[in-house]
Amino acid sequence: MSRAETVRKANPLWSLGLLRSELLTTFRRWRTLALLGVLAAVPVLVGIAVRIETGDGSPGGGGGGGGGPAFISQVTNNGLFLVFTALAATLPFFLPMAIGVVAGDALAGEANAGTLRYLLVAPAGRTRLLLTKYATVMAFCLVATLVVAVSALLVGALLFPLGDLTTISGTRIGFGEGLARALLIALVVAVSLIGVAALGLFVSTLTNSGIAAMATTVGLLITVQILDQIPQLHALHPYLFSHYWLSFADLMREPVYWDDLTKNLGLQALYAAVFGSAAWARFTSKDITA
Amino acid sequence: MTQASAAEPDGEHTGEGVITTRALTKRYRGGQLAVDGLRLTVPAGSVFGFLGPNGSGKTTTIRMLMGLIEPTSGTAHVLGRPMPRSARAVLPHVGALIEGPALYGFLSGRDNLLRYDAADPTADPRTRRTRVAAALDRVGLTAAAGKKAKAYSLGMKQRLGLAAALLQPRRLLVLDEPTNGLDPQGMREIRTLIRELASDGTTVFLSSHLLDEIEQVCTHAAVMARGRLITQGPVADLAAGARGRLVVTTPDTADAARVLKEQGVADVVPAEDRVTGEVPERDLAEVNAALVTAGVRVRGLGVERASLEDAFVALTGEGFDVAG
Repeated sequence: MSRAETVRKANPLWSLGLLRSELLTTFRRWRTLALLGVLAAVPVLVGIAVRIETGDGSPGGGGGGGGGPAFISQVTNNGLFLVFTALAATLPFFLPMAIGVVAGDALAGEANAGTLRYLLVAPAGRTRLLLTKYATVMAFCLVATLVVAVSALLVGALLFPLGDLTTISGTRIGFGEGLARALLIALVVAVSLIGVAALGLFVSTLTNSGIAAMATTVGLLITVQILDQIPQLHALHPYLFSHYWLSFADLMREPVYWDDLTKNLGLQALYAAVFGSAAWARFTSKDITA
Repeated sequence: MTQASAAEPDGEHTGEGVITTRALTKRYRGGQLAVDGLRLTVPAGSVFGFLGPNGSGKTTTIRMLMGLIEPTSGTAHVLGRPMPRSARAVLPHVGALIEGPALYGFLSGRDNLLRYDAADPTADPRTRRTRVAAALDRVGLTAAAGKKAKAYSLGMKQRLGLAAALLQPRRLLVLDEPTNGLDPQGMREIRTLIRELASDGTTVFLSSHLLDEIEQVCTHAAVMARGRLITQGPVADLAAGARGRLVVTTPDTADAARVLKEQGVADVVPAEDRVTGEVPERDLAEVNAALVTAGVRVRGLGVERASLEDAFVALTGEGFDVAG
């Protein structure tokens, strides 16, 4: 071996290559695809249920159990409302559960399979690998939310009329603007999941069992949701990552009511910072024994 | 980190081995001492056998060398640089197979290698596919490259793990039990491959619990037991450390034993159709003549060379069992 070829410079675009590989690996797992499939099915079920109920002649939105704020009764008038209804229906549990599974498995699953040690001796670098994993989980948040939104839009267009829509405040906006708000809402919902993603990733650094990390993350999610329902814990509520989730409905007001929206974004940033740092501290100092 | 990758990792300037450890110690959180004061020197260009029973601390040592585990105390240098601090600069020059292969079962063999190659910061994405194909070819997996890794046999997984270690030209290969799960033909192929790589100038650090494997392939060896280094050096010296034994094959074992004792042979042990003893100082021809003169019918007389296994038993005073 000649002296010249033993010096190998790091490729400046290498981190992008690692991210690309990470995205490909995540989205080629059948589990990821199954989760996305379930998420895509929710709007279909909600849409069909509403359609059947109104087909009987009774006015839509009679039940609306878990259907979320004020939207479900509007679905029959405008298919676009199915997007808001579906996001409101999946945000409390289905979406964060999917994120919890993907985030919890991100490092623990690799440790469990033993592939983590080979990535680290490649050497991917612990900080970079963690950042790549976090970026991938966030990409999954976005994709999962968009899957719900797009599926709802298609089902809504298929089963119900489209057109101008009425905001929560009672004003009318055009279909184009309604579509833009739907996209904005989807983005806000995706950002709302950043806190869970950071939490899941931190849990993922604590164990070598992917299943344990997924179960813990989903368990924490359920616990937080329950705590958020107990009135005696009122003082705690503003710090629970799920507390302001449904504030995305405020984007359908005219003018938009920003208070809870900004609180939500701030809270997600706080969770990302705290649990991101904890995950970093843990992962960069951990003995990799699996 | 940038300054670490700018300078070239170099084994020579320290005047020491490709791997050098000083008082390397690892105590796990439970208090268990896995590696105790290890002082290891792996010479450049050697095929270095790292030998010891299961649980003797081999894998913990390898994980410390690869920067996966932080040592409790002591230092480890790989290619002349401290680990785990210089992992970014050192590891691109090191190919490793640690505790068996680990693969993404839902990806094909080829895609597994593409993924591992993408994790190497020095790997050129433009040559990635070519290098992956070459590595697959080198371990004889070209035909199975498109199959999902979960459908691979243990031997195929082992080969794919080796291919991952060969994605780039390496200065050091760390192979933990590389022939595990392979059939005899596969073992032969892998040993041939290791010799080829070594003749290209790559240093090979080979851990194994198979003594004959170390004897066949390695130039140097170290023996570990219960977390401590028992000995290290050229394989020939280690085997010579345990002296061979004089073996006389004869139907007249009782007479032969008596004559051998008279001839000054110590530790005479008669068996069914042979008598063994320590090799005497005097000329073996004279011993033979004495036997024949005494009417002992000698079928064969010679010195059985000591194997590394004998050396190991002599060194550790124990069999090759799992450390308790």
